[in-house]
Amino acid sequence: MPLRIYYTIFAILMFCTYLTVQMAFLDLGEWNTFAALAIAIFKATLVVLFFMHVKYSPKLTWAVVIGSVFWLGILLAFTMTDYLTRGWRTYG
Amino acid sequence: MLPEATHDQHHPALAHQFDSLAAQSEATTLGMWVFLATEVLFFGGLFACYAVYRMWYPEAFAAASRSIDITLGATNTVVLITSSLTMALAVHAAQTGKRTLLMTFLVITMLLGVVFLGIKSVEYYQKFTEHHIPGPNFSFEDGKFNRHAQLFFSLYFAMTWLHAAHMIIGLGIMLTMLWWSWRGIITPEYYSPIEISGLYWHFVDIVWIFLFPLLYLIGRHAH
Repeated sequence: MPLRIYYTIFAILMFCTYLTVQMAFLDLGEWNTFAALAIAIFKATLVVLFFMHVKYSPKLTWAVVIGSVFWLGILLAFTMTDYLTRGWRTYG
Repeated sequence: MLPEATHDQHHPALAHQFDSLAAQSEATTLGMWVFLATEVLFFGGLFACYAVYRMWYPEAFAAASRSIDITLGATNTVVLITSSLTMALAVHAAQTGKRTLLMTFLVITMLLGVVFLGIKSVEYYQKFTEHHIPGPNFSFEDGKFNRHAQLFFSLYFAMTWLHAAHMIIGLGIMLTMLWWSWRGIITPEYYSPIEISGLYWHFVDIVWIFLFPLLYLIGRHAH
């Protein structure tokens, strides 16, 4: 893999870190959390695809990577179906 | 050809059950990914716990989050991402058989890891002097958040400590890789130990990529 790719990804990751810190000081209401998580997911995806070479890996590796995210989704979603639907609680 | 004859000729790192080093390397990488999948769920439990309490006590979590040092947190993010770059460059050096360069990048990666842990220690010390360690001596500046800020700091310490423990294990792995590189075990034909050590190191970086915004950045905009 050409070294240029690593340096490009590094530059993007650094820029995203700068961006996420700057955005944290803006009042976007509910969107602050959304923006911070979107940037984090984007950064993590770049690391997985390029630094961890998944983009150039066999389908089986893709299956494990997507599987781990899917199961994490189940963990979070099923937890939230309980905690977010307790009518006796107020939020905010 | 007799099996004994082929046995003598194959690469010393090739295990009996594999036809080739390429097949072995693919299996090794897959094994590491399966381990990392279990790690995703290991940390995932703590992230789920964080999400629930954050939604229950958003104001206390925001106030507690504002009390941790964003400059140190952001610096550590930069340090860790840089160490991921040097790790990726170490894997590249191993692939292309540049032994000295490989060892140099492994040492830089380890040094950055040590810097990260040093900064983390400074942060922990600050929390200690501010009585922000959960327990009988805990006290939070805004008294009405005392109980729920303690929840935030319980999660802060559990998550950052678990992450730091992974870093310490990572340093041990890198030290072993440095030793193997020094002894000439790592070659362009057999570099999968460096590759999968890199996978582990990048995973630990990814955990921090999520910890940083969730612990340091939430609630910065308010007040």
